[in-house]
Amino acid sequence: MTDLMLRFLIGGIVVSVFAILGDVVKPESLGGVFAAAPTIALATLVLTMHKHGGGLYVATEARSMVAGAVAFFPYACVVSFVLMRRRPKALTTAIAFLPIWFATAAGLWALWLRR
Amino acid sequence: MRLKLRFDSLKQTKPAEYVSRFVFGGLVTVLAGFVADHFGPVIGGLFLAFPGIFPAGVSLVEKHKTLRETAEGKLGTWSARGQASVEAAGASVGTLGLMGFAVVLWQGLPRHNFPSMLFTAGGMWIAVSWLFWWIRERM
Repeated sequence: MTDLMLRFLIGGIVVSVFAILGDVVKPESLGGVFAAAPTIALATLVLTMHKHGGGLYVATEARSMVAGAVAFFPYACVVSFVLMRRRPKALTTAIAFLPIWFATAAGLWALWLRR
Repeated sequence: MRLKLRFDSLKQTKPAEYVSRFVFGGLVTVLAGFVADHFGPVIGGLFLAFPGIFPAGVSLVEKHKTLRETAEGKLGTWSARGQASVEAAGASVGTLGLMGFAVVLWQGLPRHNFPSMLFTAGGMWIAVSWLFWWIRERM
């Protein structure tokens, strides 16, 4: 329970700090970079290292994180393209296209990480 | 295009929005930890790059731009969604930095110590993101 609370607290703080940086930094295209900052990783990996130690566990997570980041790229590109061309509601668009991330991540897991 | 820091933009964010970001960030981090604990580091690691706060981020950009335009007597929806598109394009550049961050940790651990690798990975994120943003701005 303490571990969960700590995760929640650290995650909330790290995400908030990067979100504020994203708000403050202009132009907006550079501020947008902070939307793909390694916030969850920073919050999680320190706790993971403390819990599992060694570094091999973290290295395995980091290898999978590469795949997760690769999956993020087409997702963000598609959301940006659709918002620019069709101008639908941003939140609906960002949620509606999340399956792109899941599908790409699952594909990379099957082709690369599972082996 | 020059990098600027505009602290006045923080006034547009309401306290409830700060709280929702905090709660959302906390929940996504707990979820990522939960997945790693139950399915192992291979599946869990994928969720370290899950775009969990991205939808909320682009939504806030749209909302703030709409409010600014409405205050000026304009409709604002069209340009606000365009602004959200620019934010998403910036995020796509950020994902390249995110890949760089993860590659440094993957290749550097466990041979090197964790704090120095985390510091190097953070530097790689900044460098790669900045480089590709700079290239994109000139295209």
